[in-house]
Amino acid sequence: MLVRFFTDLRAGGVPVTLPEFLSLLEALEARVAALSAEEFYYLARMAMVKDERHFDRFDRVFAEHFEGAEKLFEKLLAELPPEWLKQLTERLLTEEEKRRVQALGGWDKLLETFRERLREQKERHEGGNKWIGTAGTSPFGNQGFNPEGVRIGQGKSRHRRAVKVWDARDFRNLDDDIELGTRNIKMGLRRLRRFAREGAAEELDLDGTIDATARNAGLLDIKLVPERRNAAKLLLLLDVGGSMDPHIKVCEELFSAARAEFKHLEYFYFHNFPYERLWKDNRRRFSVVTDTWTLLRTFNPDYRVVFVGDATMSPYEIEEPGGSVEHWNNESGRVWMTRITRHFPRLVWLNPEPEDRWQWTPSVAITRELVGNRMFPLTLDGLDRAMRELKRRGGTDGGPHSRQATSPGHPVDVS
Amino acid sequence: MTETRFTGTDSYVATPDLMMAVNAAVTLGRPLLIKGEPGTGKTQLAAEIARALQRPLYEWHIKSTSKAHHGLYEYDAVSRLRASQLGEEKVRDIRNYIIKGSLWEAFDSNVQPVLLIDEIDKADIEFPNDLLRELDRMEFFVHETRELVKARHRPIILITSNNEKELPDAFLRRCFFHYIRFPDADTMDQIVRVHFPNLKSELLREALASFFEVRETPGLRKKPSTSELLDWIKLLLAEDIPPEALRGSDAKKLLPVMHGALLKNEQDVHLFEQIVFLNKRAGR
Repeated sequence: MLVRFFTDLRAGGVPVTLPEFLSLLEALEARVAALSAEEFYYLARMAMVKDERHFDRFDRVFAEHFEGAEKLFEKLLAELPPEWLKQLTERLLTEEEKRRVQALGGWDKLLETFRERLREQKERHEGGNKWIGTAGTSPFGNQGFNPEGVRIGQGKSRHRRAVKVWDARDFRNLDDDIELGTRNIKMGLRRLRRFAREGAAEELDLDGTIDATARNAGLLDIKLVPERRNAAKLLLLLDVGGSMDPHIKVCEELFSAARAEFKHLEYFYFHNFPYERLWKDNRRRFSVVTDTWTLLRTFNPDYRVVFVGDATMSPYEIEEPGGSVEHWNNESGRVWMTRITRHFPRLVWLNPEPEDRWQWTPSVAITRELVGNRMFPLTLDGLDRAMRELKRRGGTDGGPHSRQATSPGHPVDVS
Repeated sequence: MTETRFTGTDSYVATPDLMMAVNAAVTLGRPLLIKGEPGTGKTQLAAEIARALQRPLYEWHIKSTSKAHHGLYEYDAVSRLRASQLGEEKVRDIRNYIIKGSLWEAFDSNVQPVLLIDEIDKADIEFPNDLLRELDRMEFFVHETRELVKARHRPIILITSNNEKELPDAFLRRCFFHYIRFPDADTMDQIVRVHFPNLKSELLREALASFFEVRETPGLRKKPSTSELLDWIKLLLAEDIPPEALRGSDAKKLLPVMHGALLKNEQDVHLFEQIVFLNKRAGR
């Protein structure tokens, strides 16, 4: 039955693997959990769920699978090896209680009766004096009053019953279904790595030291070099328009991944399409803005530009002056986009909408044409292709645009 | 015989699920990965386990520049090179220049130790992958001396993470996982009592009430945590503030006394002020 629980978990979207399931069995065998539903729940969750975002899914499967947890433990007990049960009860009973157990004819007799009754019993039982169940005076069960009783399950109090723990589903808001996790995005962004030595010299330059020592007639002369760091520069331009609302999560993921991966990361927001102004703080989008001309002057063409947006709008918003939905723009979006693509040779547009839907929206086609067909879907594969694209153009270092490059040290491609 | 089951200590309140997680990790010798909101006592847990079970504690604090081999050992080639120039005797043995890391020291311990790997998410994303074999088999190879270092006793390994990076699946598979939830009011009451046994229950009730009120303010950038509550109560005690002062009946005083211990940036203070003000007005 636990195997079915395992397959149910997998079907329910909890990424459990076989070794994790085996380690749960191992833990059960090592008697880490006493026989209570609550402890079993915690143990199972701890061994098989490794991300709090999946707790809620686990809770749902658990609740469904073990509906009426007491019944489960009656079933479980029927499969228990007797030595196990004996050791467990020996731990729980005091010396005096153990003597009283003898009153029923000793352990073997007790266990035999126990198994017999398990066989006889078909339903959940409460309050009686013979059957195994809860709150009775039978020798077997939980919360009973018989001093000879074998306590099954350690329900500490009736008010914190295990069932409630998973039925509460406290982790609901931690659950999400992202196919593109931060880690995946980071692995994608890694393609852009360009290592260069910059900053304080703190690493031993072995070759340099050997060379210098040899020149020094064998007297040690230590050379240090700065550590290699990722020198790729990234400019992220994000659409925060209303149609982007369903994609906020994935954009946040992309953003946080990029932030961790790049030392030189700048970001700006725009609404639907970039015009003459961009902003950094969405709450103060009308008061604190950055002139797009300033942006073009500030950032060298060696910055790689990534647009993130669904490019879904009325075509007028791109083609006509004054087309913006928020303000009056003197020059059309097309003019601005052309300026940006001209300044930054390495540029891609990531679109969170699925690729097969692009053809239905004219503005997507226009944007695609404006960015020179460098639009990619915001999926793992799309990200990979986009990074490859940025990298390919990166191979043209030393072209007409690199004259403005001011970074110290010479970036070296190694990956 | 040393204690083998962890049930919390006199200065640390462990919930049943946390005890279960720790005991399972101890029994099966698996690393235990602890996540949770900041300030819920993730790092402290290791020290408390070590104290409760009377085991030595080894700590390895991870920084963004940490590499997996820093925890195993480092070969100090530079000082050996220097020593060779000066013709020192100890230069002949490479062992003199191998510096043990926390993991090696924990492996060397005579009794089963507790090893804390703190904030593993601070390191490079490949860092956990580089430790897979070490954590799995509890052994590693020292290339310089060609010796295999094996753990004498499988250490109780606790790993904390603040969720800044996702950890690789292969690593997660080998760990047990526990998420420390923010304590509910009852548990919080217990925690505060453990730290301030002489606190008047009236003051405690008022303090907890205002604390949870602050925490439930929507839109706070940083919610105050357990450790901040404890700091705040310490301040209240030090200043000998009467419980009445915490009761927000006075409309002029909107913020709890000494709120600086609970709210850590000015936007939050401002936001809280506004919300309390609106509530007060709506209440009339």
